[in-house]
Amino acid sequence: MKKEIICTVCPRGCHIQVEGDGKNVQKIEGYACKRGLEYGTAEYSHPVRILTTTVKIDGAEGDLLPVRSAQPIPKEKLFECMEVIRNTVVKLPIKRYDVAVSDICGTGIDIVATKTVG
Amino acid sequence: MYCIKCDVAIIGGGPAGLAAATSAKEEGADKVLIIERDNALGGILQQCIHPGFGLTRFNEELTGPEYYGRFTDKIAELGVEVMLNSMVLEVNDKRKEVICTNSEYGLTCVQAGSIVLAMGCRERTRANIVVPGTRPAGLYTAGAAQRLVNRQNIMVGKKVVILGSGDIGMIMARRMTLEGAKVVMVVELMSYLAGLTRNRVQCLDDFGIPLKLAHTITRIEGNERVTGVYVAPVDENKKPILEKEELVECDTVLFSVGLIPENELTSKAGIEINRVTNGPLVNQYMQTSSPAVFACGNVVHVNDLVDNVSSESEQAGKYAARFAMNKLPDAKKEIKCTVGRNVRYVCPQKLLISDEAEKISIYFRVLEPELNVTLAARCGDTVIAQKKEFRVNPGEMNHIVIDSSKLTGDEVTVEVVKED
Repeated sequence: MKKEIICTVCPRGCHIQVEGDGKNVQKIEGYACKRGLEYGTAEYSHPVRILTTTVKIDGAEGDLLPVRSAQPIPKEKLFECMEVIRNTVVKLPIKRYDVAVSDICGTGIDIVATKTVG
Repeated sequence: MYCIKCDVAIIGGGPAGLAAATSAKEEGADKVLIIERDNALGGILQQCIHPGFGLTRFNEELTGPEYYGRFTDKIAELGVEVMLNSMVLEVNDKRKEVICTNSEYGLTCVQAGSIVLAMGCRERTRANIVVPGTRPAGLYTAGAAQRLVNRQNIMVGKKVVILGSGDIGMIMARRMTLEGAKVVMVVELMSYLAGLTRNRVQCLDDFGIPLKLAHTITRIEGNERVTGVYVAPVDENKKPILEKEELVECDTVLFSVGLIPENELTSKAGIEINRVTNGPLVNQYMQTSSPAVFACGNVVHVNDLVDNVSSESEQAGKYAARFAMNKLPDAKKEIKCTVGRNVRYVCPQKLLISDEAEKISIYFRVLEPELNVTLAARCGDTVIAQKKEFRVNPGEMNHIVIDSSKLTGDEVTVEVVKED
């Protein structure tokens, strides 16, 4: 399986060509640095993203708490995680990096507050 | 009228104002006051809940709230004073006064040793770019929609077309998709992306959202609510090819068509404005044409990275503090910083030469994308600084560092040299 990946490590934006079986990389070219090689390889075999969104605050109508995944989560799980977060309500006070949802969707990754409220 | 005295008065508590406040205080200014119209600090970063901030400054990927959180922690620690819910009405640069209203004190006069303008920018709207059609509900600037969705828990629509491939537009494409809306397409007039490549990858490609380069919206349809837009390709003169116009159904249109520095206060104070950036002319100290008034961040020129805003604003805060303490270097001469080949604007536009040797960062944007180029600064025929760049793009700010001791003549020109 062939895939073209635009590198997002720096503004140069190399177009990296990767070939493999969908998981393991057999051939990779078009990158300009080591970080690009790493990005291209990871992006081919297992793309991950930082998920950011908001959660509702208990008793504060219309007020939202911005949250993020503490580490990048597998790309294919983004919507599944959104569903869980959508049904989450947090209580105040909450501090930056307090956990809003722990081990989201069995990823082992926490969803944490990015702001202190209350 | 209620009166407050301070050394450095900063108008705006967004990323620019926060960075200026920390450096002013660290430079030794005793009383530093931030005047902010919102009910909280952080400015636009409060609604920028996405990651991508701090990569150059902190070497890690932060969200907007985390990024400004580091600065609000610091200003609290340093003892910077903050006046929230305060709208500035007038800057009197001669008297070094800022007139504002505040629900607690009423009309208030802030007397300062120096003033820092950090008001940021605002979005261009449909009216600015004149899109024909009806005026139904469902038309938003991308930033207004971002505020509604991220801060006020109001979903703005279900089927969205976005005009403009600026960063806010692309980030809203991802945000709306994650919240369950369908983003039909992003339409861009130019033949290249307006925002950063990483946003195209992570906000559009990740979700299979089509990007229509060299296309535009020709008409908006719908009476009470938007029902659709006509989209057409454009020719090389950016004129729509109407025969190829197609109707795209949607209930929401987001406009991400550029930002304008917010300089009503600056103009009213008679401070000189640059016609290209729409921001005040500044020297390397971020000092405007009025000596006691400094400026930084998007009020000077629209940045793509907040990291740049922070470093530029630290300069403004530092030198505003020095001005207030009467410690600004003695200028022997002023020289102009001008644009050369494939450069749209430079910032700062003036440089002051003193006995103090300085490394001066000149930020600039190119007119057209180019590959394999050399960025150069020259005085007459002498190149005083240069660096190679694989790629330049109008959407990504460039900068070059020059050594003030190498400056000769009356002018330094920044240019992009194409290699053979």
